[in-house]
Amino acid sequence: MSLAPPPAAAPILTAENLTLGYTVRKKVPRLVAGPLQLTLWPGELVCLLGPNGAGKSTLLRTLAGMQAPLGGSLAIGGVPLASLSPEARARQLSIVLTERIEASHLTVQEVVSLGRHPHTGWLGGLAAHDHAQVQAALAATGTAQFAPRPVGELSDGERQKVLLARALAQDTPLLVLDEPTAHLDLPNRVALLRLLHQLARTLGKAILLSTHELDLALQAADRVWLLPATGELLAGPPEDLVLSGAFAAAFQREGLAFDIATGTFELHAPTGPPVQLLGDGPAAFWTRRALLRAGFVPTAGPAAGCVTVPAETGAGLWLSQLPGQAARAHSTIGALLQALRNDFNQLG
Amino acid sequence: MNPAPPTLGAEPQSPTARRPRLTQGLLGLVVLVVLAFVLDVALGPVRIPVLTVARHLLGHGAAADTATAFIVHQIRLPKALTALAVGSGLGVSGLQMQTLFRNPLAGPSALGLTAGAGLGVALVMLTGGGGASALAVRQLGLAGSWALVLAATAGAASVMALVLALAARLRDNVVLLIVGLMVASVTGAIVSLWQYFSAPEQIQDYLLWTFGALGGVTGPHLAVLATVVALGLGLALASAKPLNALLLGENYARSLGLRVRRSRTLIILSTSLLAGGVTAFCGPIGFVGIAVPHLTRALLGTADHRILLPGACLLGAALVLACDCLAQLPGSQITLPINVVTSLLGAPVVLWVVLRRPIRAAA
Repeated sequence: MSLAPPPAAAPILTAENLTLGYTVRKKVPRLVAGPLQLTLWPGELVCLLGPNGAGKSTLLRTLAGMQAPLGGSLAIGGVPLASLSPEARARQLSIVLTERIEASHLTVQEVVSLGRHPHTGWLGGLAAHDHAQVQAALAATGTAQFAPRPVGELSDGERQKVLLARALAQDTPLLVLDEPTAHLDLPNRVALLRLLHQLARTLGKAILLSTHELDLALQAADRVWLLPATGELLAGPPEDLVLSGAFAAAFQREGLAFDIATGTFELHAPTGPPVQLLGDGPAAFWTRRALLRAGFVPTAGPAAGCVTVPAETGAGLWLSQLPGQAARAHSTIGALLQALRNDFNQLG
Repeated sequence: MNPAPPTLGAEPQSPTARRPRLTQGLLGLVVLVVLAFVLDVALGPVRIPVLTVARHLLGHGAAADTATAFIVHQIRLPKALTALAVGSGLGVSGLQMQTLFRNPLAGPSALGLTAGAGLGVALVMLTGGGGASALAVRQLGLAGSWALVLAATAGAASVMALVLALAARLRDNVVLLIVGLMVASVTGAIVSLWQYFSAPEQIQDYLLWTFGALGGVTGPHLAVLATVVALGLGLALASAKPLNALLLGENYARSLGLRVRRSRTLIILSTSLLAGGVTAFCGPIGFVGIAVPHLTRALLGTADHRILLPGACLLGAALVLACDCLAQLPGSQITLPINVVTSLLGAPVVLWVVLRRPIRAAA
């Protein structure tokens, strides 16, 4: 994978004091989020994260020009978005939406070719350059072999790549995707984010996507836009947001605890007895997870119970020791957990 | 700002290779229309040999044979030309409606235009002054009465104005479809109410109009019909690119730079001219508008409206000409109402389309 391109001279998208929301029946506008300060640079993949209802979709719709902002300024390529004609906007920004394409009889080739719409004449005929762009988009997304197939016959993962190819064929410096990983299985989610990251690098596009895949987003994003329910957006490299505690805070309201040490959300909130965990490496990592799930609280310091993990993966024994008892060896984590449960039950 | 050179592209493969096949398909349709046209002129109570028809059509008619010349030029030719206009108008209008509303069962009547024309005709036929117009109908044939044409046009135009006004306010095309169907329903109910309180003879006149007729549109009537349909077809051609974008849904179309409301107005205007004009002169002619788009898509195997629009135009013309040939009931003196024949042929086509879907999805 190539390194990030050197900082470009000008950002593709800038927003200052942007406020988002709805005006229902000309009454008082309902503020969803803002004021926001945003920039998108060429060649970067930005993931928009945040709990449900924080306004992720509203932000994307506003940036894509599908909804007017309540206030503030929003410019694409240095030109205010509101002053762009629909055709000019379509040459700056392409989108991938969550909605399905209902015309299932359209072939992949036809869907991707429609991406050339803002570049063609009044009848929509494709020139040689347009065909080349369509082929490039198909090749870049690995969908060239589907070209003659109707989109209705594709799997979810294939269809998402075709929609991405359509957006690429539109040949815009900015690409916005609304939850492109929804409805995809794990391998397809990973593959799509990897592809988007590569495309941002190789084509120098700014790619903005919203997602609920926090783990993947933390790995793939050059920068994260974190939109907590409070409506104040935080932007920065994912690692900075994690270490500063901003990431954990954003999701705290949903009752989710983010573990800075592992970069994952804690599924379990153990209330059982503390157990000292000695050792390191993969065995310690997975033993720790097993203890958490079983209800124990793993600690680094001395505690009532003590567990020593084997030094080598795939060989060795787990040792457990409780106060006033001799150390015991276990060949698997399953056996270790069983023994710990029995011992603590006997202790009362 | 444009850093995506098509470097990754393999050599351009076959999107252009399909063109010759599509062009051949369209040429085949042209031949079909010409054949159906000649056959339609040849068939009738008095059968005229096909070669004689061809000679007359090419302007080399034998001067001596005045009876045949009269039949060809005064009766058969106008009727065949009317069929041509009706078929192309309704086929194209149906295609536009099905794509605009993304509904396979939408047709020219989806916007309530046919019902509006019916209301206009009912207004003339069923009100007090009905006697005079009914007389005109009997004497001149259905389309011979300017009063009827004007009434039908006024009815269709007022529905069109209503729908256009609503379309400018609505964001969603599906809501517009519901509005069109409701307008049609209310208009139909008013006509029914009117019939309920009318004399039987007046009702009979109105029923006669609803059978539809291709004959009797001659001279200035034909010129007006041809102009209106040509205008509608011209606007339809300009709607090819918007219709293609709308295939992806309105949100994607908007993201492609389409001005959705402006395009919608263009499409409605085109359809109104086509469907309204045809209904005004020939009465309601069913199913052509629904069936032709499906047949065209199946025949040409493309979703590209730059191909489908001329395709639906040609196939619609061929279909109505063929229906008119069948309406002559070859070998008899009877002529069936055109609306009955198109519906008899069209309904099975719609059934085929509806039943074919789940089978294809399962395969």
